[in-house]
Amino acid sequence: MKNVYLHSAVSISAQNTFDSDGFLEDIISVSGSTVPAKYPNYRDYISSSASRRMATGVKMGVSAATKALQRAQLGQPDAIITGTGMGCIEDTEKFLNTIIDNNEEFLTPTSFIQSTHNTVGAQIALGLKCKAYNNTYVHAAVSFESALMDAQLVLQQEEARHVLVGGVDELGSEIITHMRHMEDANANGIQVPFGEGASFFVVSSEAKSNAIQLVDMAVCSTVSENTIQQKLNDFLIKNEIQASAIDVLISGRNGDAFDSYYNNVSTELENATELHYKHLIGEFYTASSFGLWTAYEILNRQDIPKDLIYKGEEKSEIKYILLYNQFKGRDHSFILLKR
Amino acid sequence: MNELRQELKEKIIEQLNLEEFTVADIADDDVLFGDGLGLDSIDALELIVMLDKDYGIQLTDPKEGKEIFKSVAVLADYITERRAK
Repeated sequence: MKNVYLHSAVSISAQNTFDSDGFLEDIISVSGSTVPAKYPNYRDYISSSASRRMATGVKMGVSAATKALQRAQLGQPDAIITGTGMGCIEDTEKFLNTIIDNNEEFLTPTSFIQSTHNTVGAQIALGLKCKAYNNTYVHAAVSFESALMDAQLVLQQEEARHVLVGGVDELGSEIITHMRHMEDANANGIQVPFGEGASFFVVSSEAKSNAIQLVDMAVCSTVSENTIQQKLNDFLIKNEIQASAIDVLISGRNGDAFDSYYNNVSTELENATELHYKHLIGEFYTASSFGLWTAYEILNRQDIPKDLIYKGEEKSEIKYILLYNQFKGRDHSFILLKR
Repeated sequence: MNELRQELKEKIIEQLNLEEFTVADIADDDVLFGDGLGLDSIDALELIVMLDKDYGIQLTDPKEGKEIFKSVAVLADYITERRAK
């Protein structure tokens, strides 16, 4: 089977991650119920005639995808695979509200057309005139991971050489408010704002010097707190790597009661520096794609921004990074990277 | 009639999200589709919905749209003759 490498990584988030060449140098403090992303100048990436029908998530996705392709110096990918938890929720809310307001009459077509979850992948393909394999995964907190796993499989099975893969979610306005109320009513609820963003990657079966390798990944819907360590050990054994070899653990901690899962995984990786990131960008179903972006940057730069460190000291050389994410005790994912 | 033309320009800009246009940019006789304002078939659907919802005019023959949506002036004349709201 072919190896899988990351050739580029681009992220739009609540931090200055898109337009800056730095790596989380000037941290923006985030707080409150929700935190929007720092939007780029979309005109640099999308024509005004196309952007007028695009909601936030589509614009973020198309812009991040365009830049990821540019950085990988790739004109046409062999596949476009996206993951999204809530899809184009802005247009979904708009469309559903129009149905109610107009007593199920006078339904305007644009928001309906744009409300489908695969709009981002479709708009990227339309912009590129790319008729290659195009798929979108909507699997809650493993939406991005499902997309990445699909990319991994098509590369390993030599059905593609270069794949554009990404995760994107937008805040919307109504459903997110209800979700926030539910969290705030629970003392052990999510302690970071809800957020949004888009992170895109070009993954390839072609090795480059100092390339970041996606060694393996695994997803699992349900695991108990007591068996997550066994899941981790099974994953490491499968990949013939000792727990002590993991230099960095990037966890998806969001401050809720289910952070105990991260504690249990962290205990198994005593030599690893533990990082977290959702306090910087907020929680959303594809937030883990930002985690992968940080892993890519850390391995490339051999540097860890201090605001990412949750526990431990930075090592002089970083070779292996393990990402672990879960949401409310469900939708667990491990991603192992190597430089 | 001028008020209706002004109103139509505002609605076209708002409902079709023509971010780069203001009312002053659209002349009464400007061609709306194709080389003019650059509207397309999805915009035509939006305008058909607008006619029904805001003016009580239902277009039953799609071919009519080509002539009715030629310009703001033509559209305003059509609405004035047939409006139910």
